[in-house]
Amino acid sequence: MRPYQITTLMAALVFHVSPSSAQAQTPAPPTNLEVTDHPWDDGKQINLSWELSPDDAELLRYDIYKAVAQTGPIPQKPPTFEQVDSVPAGTTSFTVDGVPFQVEMMVRDLEPHRTLFTDPPLPQNQKKRLKLKVGYVFQVVAIARDGSRSTALASTAPFTPTMQWFEGSRFYFSFMTLIICGAVVFWIYRAKMGRPIKVRKIAGLEAVDEAVGRATEMGRSILFIPGIQDINEIQTIAGLTILARVAKTAAAYGAKVEVPTSKSLVMTTARETVQAAFLEAGRPDAYNKDLIYYVTDEQFGYVAYLQGMMVREKPATCFYMGAFFAESLILAETGNSIGAIQIAGTAMPAQLPFFVAACDYTLIGEEFFAASAYLSGEPEQLGSLKGQDVGKVVVAILLLVGVLMATLGVIFENQALLEAVAYLKETILT
Amino acid sequence: MALLITLGATAAFLVVLIFAVKARTEFFKNLDRRWIFLLMLVAVAVPVYVIGKTKETFPEKALPKAQAVFDVIEELSEGDKVLLAFDFDPGSEGELGPMATTFVYHCATKKLKMYFIALWPIGRQMIDDNIAKIIEPDFPQMVYGEDYMNLGFKAGNEGVINVIVTDIKQLYTTDAYGTDIAAIPMMEGIDSIQKMDLIINVSAGYPGTKEWVQYAVTPFPHDIRMVAGCTGVQAPLLYPYMPQQLPGLLAAIKGASEYESLVINKYGGDDISGKYLEAQRRMGPQLVAHVLMVLLIIAGNVIFFTERKREARS
Amino acid sequence: MKRNVPLLLAIIAGFVMIVAFFIPYTVSWGEDVSIWFDILASIAFILGGGNLLKVHLKKVSDQAKGWGYSIITIISFLAMLIIGLGKLGVNPNPQFPGHGHWAGQYNEIGSPFYWLFESVFKPLQATIFAMLAFYVASAAFRAFRAKNMEAILLLATAFFILLGRTAAGVFLTDFIPEESGYSGLRLENITVFIMDVFNTAGHRAIMIGVALGTASVSLKILLGVDRSYLGSGEG
Repeated sequence: MRPYQITTLMAALVFHVSPSSAQAQTPAPPTNLEVTDHPWDDGKQINLSWELSPDDAELLRYDIYKAVAQTGPIPQKPPTFEQVDSVPAGTTSFTVDGVPFQVEMMVRDLEPHRTLFTDPPLPQNQKKRLKLKVGYVFQVVAIARDGSRSTALASTAPFTPTMQWFEGSRFYFSFMTLIICGAVVFWIYRAKMGRPIKVRKIAGLEAVDEAVGRATEMGRSILFIPGIQDINEIQTIAGLTILARVAKTAAAYGAKVEVPTSKSLVMTTARETVQAAFLEAGRPDAYNKDLIYYVTDEQFGYVAYLQGMMVREKPATCFYMGAFFAESLILAETGNSIGAIQIAGTAMPAQLPFFVAACDYTLIGEEFFAASAYLSGEPEQLGSLKGQDVGKVVVAILLLVGVLMATLGVIFENQALLEAVAYLKETILT
Repeated sequence: MALLITLGATAAFLVVLIFAVKARTEFFKNLDRRWIFLLMLVAVAVPVYVIGKTKETFPEKALPKAQAVFDVIEELSEGDKVLLAFDFDPGSEGELGPMATTFVYHCATKKLKMYFIALWPIGRQMIDDNIAKIIEPDFPQMVYGEDYMNLGFKAGNEGVINVIVTDIKQLYTTDAYGTDIAAIPMMEGIDSIQKMDLIINVSAGYPGTKEWVQYAVTPFPHDIRMVAGCTGVQAPLLYPYMPQQLPGLLAAIKGASEYESLVINKYGGDDISGKYLEAQRRMGPQLVAHVLMVLLIIAGNVIFFTERKREARS
Repeated sequence: MKRNVPLLLAIIAGFVMIVAFFIPYTVSWGEDVSIWFDILASIAFILGGGNLLKVHLKKVSDQAKGWGYSIITIISFLAMLIIGLGKLGVNPNPQFPGHGHWAGQYNEIGSPFYWLFESVFKPLQATIFAMLAFYVASAAFRAFRAKNMEAILLLATAFFILLGRTAAGVFLTDFIPEESGYSGLRLENITVFIMDVFNTAGHRAIMIGVALGTASVSLKILLGVDRSYLGSGEG
């Protein structure tokens, strides 16, 4: 049973035991209803404000109603008002956004005697958001504790919400995006200017050339698996950037790279990648597009094919670079059983332990994304890694500040600190 | 007492193992993995056989996350609307099938109105299976279109959630069997999934619980409530959403068996069909397999240390 | 030209998605770009099917290693395609008389498609997934070695979780009363604690790194700094 249903039930009981409520005196309505556009939104919210009813101390709540204004030269039937929401007595403003969470929030948070309810419960079809280019009229009705209702305070003219050019609720998000992206761009620029950038050694990436070399020595192929997601997944793209390097080294050594894919768009992109890598290595003639092919979109069908192929052809080196799910361990263990050198890279946290257990090297999360920059050694690309570190510092500071404020707030029961934590969580970080 | 016996048995196992490894060093050093596969096969097959024969299961104690799932569904009353999103496939059926069965059984017993939906192409088949296995034989009084209905599969992953959270008819004009949804009585007045009193999601990956939380619960935190069941590897990824966005979560067959025991203890009765005890039954093989894993890890370490000692000596 | 046009398209699409997130006027642009991708991905199914046939027919004609499997693949692919698209064995839909079996559901219970799904596809999928149990055992046997302090911690955690996720967890530490102050030491509760606290914290740390990495890679692609996925530049 949803909270408002519980309260409705309670309301029914209250009304049932106090029959005198019907004869109670009607409270005075609130005054001066002002309707304004909600700033910095997508044009689907309207702000209402009013002055309290003189009887506010005796009130339980204010009910808010909206109606689509009838327009046109010929006067039509009067607008049909539907309830939007309720706010507790003492409230002087409300934002109509089509999401009537206030009712339930108050049911949950306020003390029982202030419990708000609507009778009958709010029909859910009124949760629809406001529409652009439609005029609305509003009413506010004061409801006394005994259930009696004031006359309605209505807005004077139809009001149409307008859309702004920027979504204000995402201001902090855009600010953080700017800081992190700005840092990345700044460091790319600095690196371009010739400032040296130091990157720690990543064993998995150092081993790429060695692994390709070993396959060449053994006269066996290299298997490259770019995950099972499509090309719109950033991990697949990160995988393909590593494929470019693997293919170039393989072309230089004269090794065979086989790329079975589980998405056909990945196949076409991988072909472009490998072809260009062979061209760059000066071996365009050695490029064979048939080695990059589509198997199936079906996860376990793809796994079954790869297992069979690995056992039959025994590639000397296996790369798993992309987004993986349950197949990670099946592939890595099969590769291990045929004695292949295995290098994996993924940003799927759930699959990392399996790769770590069964592969020789594993690129964990951000190492995987850093691979392209690391392998290329280009200063501009390495600069992006430095910019990423700025992001990490920002996150670390936010974490520390948040944890500290929350801890101190709880220890000293400081309301201001707790409110600041709530603001950080609910407004800045959403 | 149980702990002492276990520790004693483990010590005995260790001693035997150390002697065995010393006696046949080469065999253990290069242990063919097929021996391990064979042991695992036995560890799974024997309990499956024994439990199948005896119908006995291990007692299950419900932990808070499963208890929360049960409680949230218990709070609903007859006629409340529940959206059951089955986002899994036959591959994960072994892990998720029993919880899906229990969800349907629980909802049907409580006479909730069930709306099935799938974001996985094969999820639709999972829905049909559950309808054929549970609702049709055990709840024949339930009428399609009045008590339950199948919206079926729609391509588009989280995009589908994004649309139906505000406007269901934009994507669904018919149910899974081609019937106009305007002609289905229980769809009357349902213009978005915000009308649902609860969403229950059974998920094996992407798209799944994470997407339902992000695209349905997060934008409408006060209108949409949701509980879910997921595979073991996914569970840690979903813990950050608890309890605000996700009050309850069943993690793998363990979570399913806890929830199943709660449901069956309350509604099952003594002559409950075996299909409603699947999760608890599958905990048998799971227990033996886990114990085998522990023993294998111990064995691996004994081999490792014996080998290291030998190398140091030579 | 061959590289620049795709790069330009990628840059435009990427920036449209970013802009659509912040500027309400452009929300529909973002939706359009998503729909274009869906259309592309749908067309790619045909490309994929064609490639599958080509690769396996070539294997058969070359009698390459394992070509027998290619025959099975081709037969399975065509059988499922014809039965599904042709709606073979499907009953007519009474709602749409006059359309014969074409108005019926391709996967209705009892149809050949349904049979293939239930009797072939489902068991095959479940089999491959179930293989995980065997691979997990062999990987654990090999990987969990107490080589150093970190490995010992990992090993101990593995024991707690393996036992705590079964009835053994309750059984082994049953002597600690549920209501006592030490109930947190019961194996099943230790498991929950490890999963909720250590595991979640670790996951979040990885996710933060991943999110920053994603932002950085995306930016490099949008700015054209990293073009290796398109096959140009170093990679």
